Amino acid sequence: MTPVKCYPPRPKKVYFFGTCLIDLFYPDAGLDGIRLLEREGIEVLFPQDQTCCGQPAYTSGYQEEARAVAAAQLDLFPESWPIIVPSGSCGGMMRTHYPKLFAGTPLEKKASEISGRIYELTEFLVHVCHLRLEDRGQPEKVAMHTSCSARREMGLAETGPALLAQLGQVELVEQERAAECCGFGGTFAVRHPEISAAMVEDKTLAIEAASAERFVTSDCGCLMNIGGRFAHQKKALTGEHIASYLWRRTS
Amino acid sequence: MSARDTILNRLRERADGPLTAPECDFAVVTDRGWGLDERLARFERWITSVHGEVIHAPWETWTEALAQVLTRKGIRTLALGREHPVAAEARRALADADLELVDVDRDIEGWQQEQFECVDAGLTSVRGAVAETGSLWLWPTPDEPRLISLVPSIHIAVLDAETIEDTFFDVVERHGWAREMPTNALLISGPSKTADIEQTLAYGVHGPRELVVLVRHVDADTEKSL
Amino acid sequence: MSVQTYTPREFHRQAHDALGNPQIRGNFRKAMDGLMTKRRDSFGDWDLETLRELGANIRLRALAKLPDLLERLEANCQANGIRVHWAEDGEEACRIIREICQAHEARSVIKGKSMVSEEMHLNAHLEAAGIEALESDLGEYLVQLNEQTPSHIIMPAIHLNTDEISEILHEKTGTERTRDVDYMTAAARQQLRERFMAADVGISGVNFAVAETGTLCLVENEGNGRMTTTVPPVHIAVTGIEKVVEHLRDVPPLYALLTRSATGQHVTTYFNMISSPRKEGEHDGPKEVHLVLVDSGRSRIYQDDELLDTLRCIRCGACMNHCPVYTRVGGHAYGTTYPGPIGSILSPHMMGLEETRDLPTASSLCGACGEVCPVKIPIPDLLVRLRREAVGEGRGNVPGAGVKRTRKEAAAWKSYQWLATHPGAWRSGTAVVGRLKALMPAKLGAWTEYRTAPEPAGRTLHALVKQHQADKPGGRTPDKEERR
Repeated sequence: MTPVKCYPPRPKKVYFFGTCLIDLFYPDAGLDGIRLLEREGIEVLFPQDQTCCGQPAYTSGYQEEARAVAAAQLDLFPESWPIIVPSGSCGGMMRTHYPKLFAGTPLEKKASEISGRIYELTEFLVHVCHLRLEDRGQPEKVAMHTSCSARREMGLAETGPALLAQLGQVELVEQERAAECCGFGGTFAVRHPEISAAMVEDKTLAIEAASAERFVTSDCGCLMNIGGRFAHQKKALTGEHIASYLWRRTS
Repeated sequence: MSARDTILNRLRERADGPLTAPECDFAVVTDRGWGLDERLARFERWITSVHGEVIHAPWETWTEALAQVLTRKGIRTLALGREHPVAAEARRALADADLELVDVDRDIEGWQQEQFECVDAGLTSVRGAVAETGSLWLWPTPDEPRLISLVPSIHIAVLDAETIEDTFFDVVERHGWAREMPTNALLISGPSKTADIEQTLAYGVHGPRELVVLVRHVDADTEKSL
Repeated sequence: MSVQTYTPREFHRQAHDALGNPQIRGNFRKAMDGLMTKRRDSFGDWDLETLRELGANIRLRALAKLPDLLERLEANCQANGIRVHWAEDGEEACRIIREICQAHEARSVIKGKSMVSEEMHLNAHLEAAGIEALESDLGEYLVQLNEQTPSHIIMPAIHLNTDEISEILHEKTGTERTRDVDYMTAAARQQLRERFMAADVGISGVNFAVAETGTLCLVENEGNGRMTTTVPPVHIAVTGIEKVVEHLRDVPPLYALLTRSATGQHVTTYFNMISSPRKEGEHDGPKEVHLVLVDSGRSRIYQDDELLDTLRCIRCGACMNHCPVYTRVGGHAYGTTYPGPIGSILSPHMMGLEETRDLPTASSLCGACGEVCPVKIPIPDLLVRLRREAVGEGRGNVPGAGVKRTRKEAAAWKSYQWLATHPGAWRSGTAVVGRLKALMPAKLGAWTEYRTAPEPAGRTLHALVKQHQADKPGGRTPDKEERR
């Protein structure tokens, strides 16, 4: 777990690191995150040369490849603005693993400096922006799935629910074993598909059993996994990235 | 080279170099600052929570309480020491009772079968107890050997209330265990139990089915509250 | 006796079988749910993080001084009258134990729970020499009757439910079929008491070996450990070389962490500390006590600063209790003595990555194991390290390193690297998706068997952001390529 972080005052500008999953599959979630920040009067810088944090290679054991990819991101944030990542998984990679990944290399200092500026989106909205939300949506029961990286690597079990709690018409329901992994785990879902399937099956059943009409998550890996399972079963229950959900209901 | 030397050499010639030992701060396992009443209450709460039975008795009349336990539980044969004051007093008090007192200060080889099959209960003293976990601590002696607290179906342990200390760490430190360990040192916290059959608790799987802790009090105030 | 065997090589098949077995699924889910709740409750008002920190530091201090502490342990044990033996591997340990048994013309051995003895397949070795080895921990006894191996390091029979156990006892020992747990427990007590009395040798494991005093500590609830180490005339304790701690005062915090982490108990029924054989004038206890210190790959793990953390383990099993994968597939699927997360970081060193190639990936890296580990082993990081070793990108400090490297996969990651370091190419989004799919072409089917595959969005975030910036007053018009 990361130690308690001292949060800075609200900055004028931030960098936005969109993550590859959002880039390719859920670009709207990224844009909605940017809009939420801009609405707070913050200028959002989106370095067009960003690609991927390197995590897929890193967790697969391809550390050289991961380091090369990560190194390519380190030059994208030259000024001292915070770097906002709409994913606990990629945020955890950049905050927790970058310093280790570059330990003993010439980029060690730079990687540590960058990692100290990484904030997961909901973390930043809660602790730095002190975001206030006005709900304009219909009454709805929603379950939150906090990703394991956000929860454990970044210590952010509370930020997503704290934001949802501000939506007056939204009833946040808690699914059984809320802290348990949905079974995505990046390449885990590919290497051990049956186990992963058993896990996501239990997760979808728990969300349904909580009478949720929708689930939100702060990680697109979980969204793809849980949402994909619901869709495969042709269930009406759908999921959404928390950035999109917040933006949609408050704009 | 012997296996011993091979292993030790490999450990000494560690590829990544020598290691540095971190400091250890033990504050979290000591300095509870509980008073006697608090210790007693905690001890009792914990040991009863794991099926131990606690009986309070004034110091002067504890053997009467013992006799009542023996009667209530239908104990016909009681194994006990001879020299320890607990055993000596119990022997005097029970001399005329309708029950057989079994000597334990003899080599087990001569009476193993008898101990396993014919003894209803074992009586032992204890050296003290731990409030934090509800544990008794024993250092078995030739007078009160190891198996007396294990083989019979009922173990009756006699504890003096003022010997309860806060934590296991405190006991180890204050009594200087590290200077001289006995053949066998024991913590006992309740009767023998298992949850190996589908997490269902069952008692007396190998050791005693029942543990009775007879707590002796010298404090008149505590007696009144009994 | 033919024991039902599992092998880590067959992890996929064994996991598949377990997933398809509702009984197994139900038994583990129920048990793990209960254990997680009990653990959480048991730490109640403790300052858990401080206690874990202490536990980790005690273990790290012991490891930092390991060779010295082993020598000190040996010297103090010997001074107390305990005979100390060293074994480089399980085979040597088995031989040492068999020879002690044979020197006493032992026919019958009673065992307390010892995972190290499971690791070296001691029972089979003794039986081959005509020495009967009987497990006395109730769970181990049931598993042995059922001709299986343990499925959990603390609760060996956790894969069995009451009805199954009733059937096993009925079939093997002639008890009545029943759901009465007290009846079954009493029956086992009766059966095993006979065996304790008849046993020539008792064999146990060790939870902590104290260098300072030459003391062997055993943690248990049942009393079979005390029986095993007190009733037979000879006691042989067998343990891994990493179990040593420096001081006696190191023991209380580790014990507090162990019982709460393992079963959510604030304390176990017995904490049994043995420092010598029966002394002159004492009336019970074994006349001979032996300690067998087993290496079996541990000194190799010890060489590497990162892998070293594996040796902190105090074998509480909390990592498996909290593992969503273990909970689904159970302990046998792993095919190793130590299942679950700790098994996946320990077994490759003992059995090699060739055998255990599928274990380091059998985790979603959710981090639950590391979060609950009482001595703060960074299990997810070690899993990643072993994945590196398996694909030949580690330091080569694990047997079988590089065994999983395939030219195809390595090339796929190289092309990922190329794309992710060439932003221009990356930005042509659809091309990226197309090429990433090539990473696991054969296996995408597995994803879509259970889930709808995600559809690549028409436009990437890169493109959307450009558009978004252009739409703002004073924004610039995106170029043609980005509008696509």
